[in-house]
Order: sequence, then C-alpha cells, then structure tokens
Amino acid sequence: MHPAFQAVLTIVVGVGGCIGYFYFANLVLDKVLFPARGPQAGRNINRANMIRPWLFLLPALIALGLYLAYPVFATLWLSLHDKTGETFVGGANYAQMMTEAKFWESMRSNALWLVVVPAASTAFGLLAAQLTDRIWWGSIAKSLIFMPMAISFVGASVIWKLIYDVRPAGTDQIGILNAVYLALGGDAPQQWLQIPFWNNFFLMAVLVWIQSGFAMVILSAALRGVPEDTIEAAILDGANPFQIFFKIKVPQIMGTIIVVWTTITIVVLKVFDIVRAMTNGQWESQVLANYMYDKLFTASDWGVGSAAAMVIMALVTPILVWNVYNARKEMR
Amino acid sequence: MDNIAGSKPALVWAVHLSAALLVALWVFPTLGLFISSFRTADQIASSGWWRSLSTQEAQMPAIRLKGEEVQRDGVYVIDGTLFDGAGATISRWGFNSKDPEAYAAGETAALPTGEALTVTETGAFTLSSTQTMADLRMPRVFATASTPPQFTLNNYDTVLFKPAPGQSVGKAFLNTLTVSIPATIIPILIAAFAAYALAWMEFPGRALLVAAVVGLLVVPLQLALIPLLQFHNMIGIGKGYLGVWLAHTGFGLPLAIYLLRNYMAGLPRDIIENAKVDGATDFQIFTKIILPLSFPALASFAIFQFLWTWNDLLVAMVFLGTTEDQMVLTGTLLNLMGSRGGDWEILSASAFISIAVPLAVFFAMQKYLVRGLLAGSVK
Repeated sequence: MHPAFQAVLTIVVGVGGCIGYFYFANLVLDKVLFPARGPQAGRNINRANMIRPWLFLLPALIALGLYLAYPVFATLWLSLHDKTGETFVGGANYAQMMTEAKFWESMRSNALWLVVVPAASTAFGLLAAQLTDRIWWGSIAKSLIFMPMAISFVGASVIWKLIYDVRPAGTDQIGILNAVYLALGGDAPQQWLQIPFWNNFFLMAVLVWIQSGFAMVILSAALRGVPEDTIEAAILDGANPFQIFFKIKVPQIMGTIIVVWTTITIVVLKVFDIVRAMTNGQWESQVLANYMYDKLFTASDWGVGSAAAMVIMALVTPILVWNVYNARKEMR
Repeated sequence: MDNIAGSKPALVWAVHLSAALLVALWVFPTLGLFISSFRTADQIASSGWWRSLSTQEAQMPAIRLKGEEVQRDGVYVIDGTLFDGAGATISRWGFNSKDPEAYAAGETAALPTGEALTVTETGAFTLSSTQTMADLRMPRVFATASTPPQFTLNNYDTVLFKPAPGQSVGKAFLNTLTVSIPATIIPILIAAFAAYALAWMEFPGRALLVAAVVGLLVVPLQLALIPLLQFHNMIGIGKGYLGVWLAHTGFGLPLAIYLLRNYMAGLPRDIIENAKVDGATDFQIFTKIILPLSFPALASFAIFQFLWTWNDLLVAMVFLGTTEDQMVLTGTLLNLMGSRGGDWEILSASAFISIAVPLAVFFAMQKYLVRGLLAGSVK
C-alpha cells in the first residue's frame, strides 16, 4: 500500500473512529444503559452524567497513559536492568555511566547550555521586544526575528554550518564567521566547530537564534501589559528610559520572564538535533540527549541509555513540580 | 513613553538603528543559505554569498585542453575554447600547477614539450606545433578568471528530480507530508473532547487530571523511545508510519489538551448554561457550540503540531525505518550533511525545500501561532 494512501486512510479511520466512538458511546449511555425515562429517569440522568466525563476523557487518557506516563516507569525499570532488559542489575548502569568520560562531558556541556541559552535567549528576546514595541515597522521586525522558530533544528544546523564553514588558508572564505575573523586581523581560518569547549558556544548560538523569537513574543505581550500609570509616574519623577526599563518594567514582568526561562530550559535539556547534525558530540561537544541516543541505538545498550534518559527526567522534574504547583494554585 | 522618546530624536534614532541591526543579525543566516541555493557550485565554493552580486575573480579548476587537430600553413593547430559560454574573462593563466598565473591573457607560452599555446581573454586557445599532436597528452591549463554573477535553478532541479541514490529530497518531502498531516489531525479531536470534559464537566478528580496534564507537558519524549518501540513491536506495528502517527499523537496530546482546556474554560458560562436549560446534552453543546467557538485555539494547536511533526528528527529516526520509502526531510538532510558536507549547492537547496513549507505556514498563520504561544506558556 502506498504510504500516501495509507495516510489518507489513517486520517479517515482516525477521525471517523473518534467521531464514531464519541457519538455512539454517548448514544449507548443515554439510550441503552441509563435511559432518561421510566420510573428511574432522574437517577439514570445523574448516573449518565457521572460516567460521561470519563467517556470524553477515555481516548486521551489511554494515549497519555501509554505514550507518556507508562514510558517513565518502563524506562526506570530498563535503567535497572542489563543491556537487553533481561537481568536485574540494580544501580550498575548508573555506576558505569559515572565512570564514563563522555557522560561527564555531556553533563558539563548541558550545564553550560542550561546557563547560556535561556539567559541569552531571554535577554535578546527582551531587547527585541522593547526595541520593536514602539516603532512603526515593529511588527515586520518581530516577524523576522520570530521566523527561525518555524525552521527545523536540522535546517537551522545547515544554515549555521555555512556560517562556520572553513576553507584552506589563502583561499576565499565562504563562511562569514571566518571571513569576518580574517578581516578583523585573525591569523588563520578557524575550524570553529572543532575547537574543544568553545565549540559548545557555537552550537548554542543556533538555539539562541531559534528561541529568542519565542521569548520576544511572550515578553512583548507582557511589556504591553505593564500599567501605563506606573511608567508615567516614573517619567514625572525624572527617570530616564533605561531606569524605566530596568526598574519599572522588568520587575513587573518578572513572572513572565521566569516562565520564558523555564520553557527554554526544557528545550535545552532535550537538545539533540543540533548537536547530532553539527558535531555529533565530537570535539567535547556531547550533550545528554545525544549521549543517550548513542547508547540506545549505536551501542544498543538499553540499560545505560535508559539511565541517561532518567538523568534528563530528573533534571526536568523540578520544573515539572513547579509548573504543577502553579497550575494548581491558579485553579483555586 | 512616546513623549519622552519623541523629545529625544537621538534616542529614536538609536532605537531604529539597534532594531535594524538586530533584525539584520537574525535574517542574515537564513538569507545566506537562501542566496547560496541559487548559486552555481563553483561560485559557492570560490566566494562568500555576500559577494554573489559582484563579479568574481577566482582561479578555476584545471582544464584539460581538447579539440580537433587541423593542418594550417604547414603547422598543426588545435583551436578551441576553455569553457562554453560562461561569460568569464581570463586575466592570467598558466600550464603548470606550481605557477598558475605565469602568463597574461593573449600571451603565447612555449610548452616544455615543444608546442606553443595562446589563451585569450575570452577563453579561446590555440595550440600549435610543427609535428602532429595526435599522440600528445594534451596539456592542462590553469586560468584565473573573473566571472559575472550567475544564478541558477539547477540546484533545485538536481535535488528534486535527479538525486543521487538514497538522497531523494522530493520523495522525502512526500514522506514528511505523510507523517505530519495525520499526526496533526488525529490528536485534535481526541484532545478537544478531553479538554471539554476538563473545562466544563464536574467530576471527582478533575483538578488532579489537569495537574497531571500540566506535568506531562514537560516529560521528555526521550524516555518514551525504547518502551514504545518495544510496545510497537509487541503489538506488531514495528517501525513504520502507523507507529510515528501514534507516537506524535501521544506526544502532542498534553499541549493540545492544555491549550484547548484553557481556551474553553475562558468561554462565557452563560452560553453553556443557557444551552443546558434548553435541554441540550453535553455532546450537543460540545459539537454545536464549543467546537466552533474554539476555532482559534484549534488552529493554534494545529499549527504547533504541524510545525513540530514536520521539523521533528528524533521521533522519525526512532519510529520510522531508514529506507527511501520512510526517510523524512530532516533525516535526509542529516544524511546529506554527513555524506555531502562540502557540497553546499546540494545542501542549501535541500535545506530550503525542507524549510519552505514551515515558513509558508508560519507567515500565513502567524496570528494563531502567537496566540497559541501566549496561551500555552504556563503562567
């Protein structure tokens, strides 16, 4: 069967199945199980209304349970077993991981990423939001800064690889970074992506480039929500534009800044495509998600791979708890 | 704010200038690749894309002379041209790789094997000898030539219609569509019903479920790879499109439910209660009132999910096979970066084909995307 045909069929079956399920489940509930007539009509309506939410929720609950909740426990289980998931080995996978230089290299890179990318993206986003908010071509400027958000991480890697491209000394450089570097008096063209440690920053630039637009959009909405009278009061008191920005506006949107920061943090913890495409973790640029992928699918070691996945999960957990805590607070 | 900015023209200028600089910085990388994708391989390799509009002087790769020998006035002559119709102008040339700029255009050089060679500005050459050159290994010429800017669609033609085996971008494009369209549509309906229940139906455990959805929003899908692959193998799906669709549906649901629930919960209570008083069932309220009113939120999520599934690499790498029937664009691009890393004409055109659709969706539906982002970031 041709995949495109299969796709159309899947859409029809999927959508039709969903509609059919919801329609007939409701029908059965109202007409067959608890009909709203006869001597027990009142009790039946109440019973049907108790069950109905679960009918509505069932497909979503099954999908969420199977595709997101169950894997957390299955991965935990796998991380305590050997390569193929057959024999229980306790903490041996974690112990082995701790002895691997590549793991610590990944931890170090991820730590760097965690500090630099959210900070730089938020800073650029804030700057862009403030600069574009009151100029007549602001919305065009916003669109263009926001645009990389639509580009895949792999596509962005190709784009940036051209920037970092290097040609032998003496020939024309086609990567703009080397061209600028040489024009500014650099001695020889550099292999930017192969300089240990510093290459991490060249990889991070790609993600900052993508995420700044996201930060800008959210922060720009928050900036517009800052009450005018607080700003007017500051102007009357003789504050200059910088003071207004840093002492009046930024403190008032701190909550949003934290939201942006944590959202980007989660993206950073899962960063995989960029590293995979640009260096594949060579030259000391390994990150956790790519380390995990290598363990799982290159080395076929499900135990250590799952242990690495659990490390990512552990790093995400504080944000998870914080989000849930805030969501519950808001619901009350 | 306007009045203080207005009172200081210097500040206004500074704002405009810095905004322009920032935008330029953000557009520049994409622009570079875009322009490169229309340049010829030679030009990409010999000069930066920012110089693509100027005439370029570059040393051309060695060209071995060829042509028919004729006898003229007792001398054996081969006439020919180094390149056909490229519009290049030769300034210096040579026949030895150690001294490729030994002669000016129009000069005649005596070759060590006894022949005389003349190369003119336009690339026409004359090789003459007193003996026949039939058995001669023809000399190579190194030319330094300036070429006018050249733009071409050949790169796109090559990657789409004449790809090297296993690198078919056109096929990958269709595969990506095949992955992303069902994976965008299917979660919407499932999520919409669940979101309605979480927003407007009273039942025990509702708050807990909402909290669980918020929690699942950030669970890394990395954890799901092996367990789900095992599960798919167990139920007999294995690696293939069905597995990818299911996986994307599962991974997309938390955001879908979260976005839609927030939106639906914000709808006016009156409408729903009036409908209930009039005897509408929950099912009718949902399909006739809530679903049409939630269109903006549905659109937001659809765009997110489409961009995400189109741009995804990891899920496709794990849940799809690596045959040409199942390679998506991101995977193909990754392979190209590995195998044809230096061939920018191939890479840039392929990359642009892969980002064209998301960019079009982005610019056409930006309004909904922004709305979704604002609603979706956990406040």
